[in-house]
Amino acid sequence: MLRGKGRGISFFDEMTGQTSSGQAGEVRSPYREYSEWFAREDTARIHRKAQQAEAFFRTTGITFNVYGEDEADERLIPFDVVPRIISASEWRRLSRGIEQRVRALNAFLHDIYHRQEILRAGRVPVELISRNEAFLPMMMGMDPPGGVYTHISGIDIVRTGADEFYVLEDNARTPSGVSYMLENRETMLQMFPELFAKISVREVGDYPLNLLKSLAACAPPACNGTPTVAVLTPGIHNSAYFEHSFLADQMGAELVEGHDLRVVDGRAQMRTTQGYTPIDVVYRRVDDDFLDPLNFRPDSVLGVPGIWDVYRAGGITIANAPGTGIADDKALYSYMPDIIEFYTGEKALLPNVPTWRCSEPEHLREVLDRLPELVVKEVHGSGGYGMLVGPAASKKEIAAFRAKLEANPRNYIAQPTLSLSTVPIFTKAGLAPRHVDLRPFVLMSPQGIRITPGGLTRVAMSKGSLVVNSSQGGGTKDTWVLDD
Amino acid sequence: MLGKTAGSLYWMARYLERSENNARLIDAGFRIALTRSSTARSEWRSVLVTAGQDFAFRQAQGEDYTSQRVVDFLLRDPANPSSILSVVKRARDNARTARTYLTREVWEAVNTSWMTLGALLKRQVREDDLPDVLAAIRQQSAQVGGTFSGTMLRNDGYNFARLGTFLERADNTARILDVKYYLLLPSVAHIGSSIDNVQWETILRSVSAHRAYHWLYGAEISALKIAEFLILYKQMPRSLAFCCDQMNDNLGLLQRTYGEETEAIRMGTSICRDRLSRPIQSIFDGGLHEFITDFLRANAALARQIERDYRFVE
Repeated sequence: MLRGKGRGISFFDEMTGQTSSGQAGEVRSPYREYSEWFAREDTARIHRKAQQAEAFFRTTGITFNVYGEDEADERLIPFDVVPRIISASEWRRLSRGIEQRVRALNAFLHDIYHRQEILRAGRVPVELISRNEAFLPMMMGMDPPGGVYTHISGIDIVRTGADEFYVLEDNARTPSGVSYMLENRETMLQMFPELFAKISVREVGDYPLNLLKSLAACAPPACNGTPTVAVLTPGIHNSAYFEHSFLADQMGAELVEGHDLRVVDGRAQMRTTQGYTPIDVVYRRVDDDFLDPLNFRPDSVLGVPGIWDVYRAGGITIANAPGTGIADDKALYSYMPDIIEFYTGEKALLPNVPTWRCSEPEHLREVLDRLPELVVKEVHGSGGYGMLVGPAASKKEIAAFRAKLEANPRNYIAQPTLSLSTVPIFTKAGLAPRHVDLRPFVLMSPQGIRITPGGLTRVAMSKGSLVVNSSQGGGTKDTWVLDD
Repeated sequence: MLGKTAGSLYWMARYLERSENNARLIDAGFRIALTRSSTARSEWRSVLVTAGQDFAFRQAQGEDYTSQRVVDFLLRDPANPSSILSVVKRARDNARTARTYLTREVWEAVNTSWMTLGALLKRQVREDDLPDVLAAIRQQSAQVGGTFSGTMLRNDGYNFARLGTFLERADNTARILDVKYYLLLPSVAHIGSSIDNVQWETILRSVSAHRAYHWLYGAEISALKIAEFLILYKQMPRSLAFCCDQMNDNLGLLQRTYGEETEAIRMGTSICRDRLSRPIQSIFDGGLHEFITDFLRANAALARQIERDYRFVE
């Protein structure tokens, strides 16, 4: 159900099936066992556990830095102890749709950087590519090792009813959050082992090893023997540094920064205590622009001078491939149903959220008319920055945003305010519904696509809020996919 | 392993050792300040000199060598990049950089240390609370040391961290001797004069060895014996000889791992052989001050050579 107005909107609760507009539901079947357990538990004990979890996150250093704050403070992402539970059949349906989508994204990237059939067929406007900063002309004609562009992707999904799921966003550059998915599970296992004995929840802990296998399977032609994999991080001050070190640690890969690497004898090599050794696959957590100061931004100190030339010559695999950003561009998002159909010959299994492209005059007019009820996003934005949530905004904020929108319509898309489903969180006053989304993580290699059951559930911690981004005070939950 | 990671482990260990040493220096200084107010100011000054922070202190505070000022400066002054708080923060930054080479236990101990001290040193420490705070610093340090030796793989990373520990420790003991050497010269060694006894006790306390000294040498305190104990006595874990032996062990293990004899290994061997394999009397004959100055120089040169040989930086 997609509604325009913030008030009187009806929300689907994943535990009770209840909608705020009325009928009291019965606990939905995926939550039945959990709910029985919860009813028998002493809430004081759960409260204590929740506090322990916070201390555990602090000592483990599962923190992130918030950009735009005065002091580069390390903050915790709030963790909620009530799991978000998805039934086996719901997951089957979701994962089929996700797999189809990731295949299409990859095919699209290959096409865009080769023959551009989809542009010739007129299914996607040429200027959307040619005028897009995320389009990397240097990738034209390049064949990334194994033919894989999106080694790791995150497909953001929202739910609005018992059978209604939408893809909100594709993340094909460097989706983050997977470490929270893993640590949330680890925390739940430590706090409530009895739950896992009672309820059969699918495993997520093998993600790092699958990631390693998947990356190794994309080794470049120059690799001989077991591929050496490294994670490239901008360094300890990056907001996602915890995740970078966590993944490197779990994979047993080296965690490198740009200044640890150098091009020697046509290979990207890392400076070890005994000299330079080649790396075969780099899982980079820096943006395209910062990869190589010789070939991209000359002022970047995060990257490796000349790594691009090594890449071109088949000396290294860069994951995700440079230029994948074109596929998760928000302006392109609205074409995804066409893109999926074009490459797979099938209808999209998971629908898009209806989207107005403000670059088109008719769309813009409608958006301006209905601004107070819409969500407007920057085409290239992420992390919940620079967006307008119409129903939650003041008249003044809306007026200010209207001016920005009119000045540069091409920079924005708009969507109806979705009635995101809710899942209860644990509060002092008991269970209280909060809005959630879901980011499943998808690995792709020449051997196939692998989706970790579940993913990262983000939850808006304050009542009524629809913004789940951690940079805006959102929290996370463990996500359970039940076994059949 | 990455040169940078080796460097981070080494620096993590150096900073942790430094914070512990500085806590010990404050402890010894505090004791003297309490018992002999007349010499307190010069004692605090010598603590600052030993910690290598006198210049920075004078820049920030002038000549105001009161207990409160000095202790605050050494513990937590944000203007002091070598305060215990800053040093622990840097240890933690290095631990984060080398996170993939640390066990979860070690990382959590370092991180907890940083969080605990951050909370303890949020405000100026009252004099009554100082002993507790210093005890907490020592305790945190012991926690890290314990998890480190209990959980870390004995690989190259381990050896780099240990090198950092012992290099820093040798430097610290030598600095204490450098600042206090005049007390150990035979000309001022009026045995039995109470001034010197207290001063000598302070030296021993700054390396937490006053009990061990008496256990070993009995009640007799003499300059020669203190010097021997701190410089040559191999069973004393903060003596120069002990630290150098450890460094050579760690360098030797690195040589075995890498199959390469580095310049650092030759330098480490030479420090032990040429400087520390002689009786204490011969050190005094050659001049104690000259000996210490030379040792500090050689130790610093070894540190630089380790950074070069194992490619900590480009």
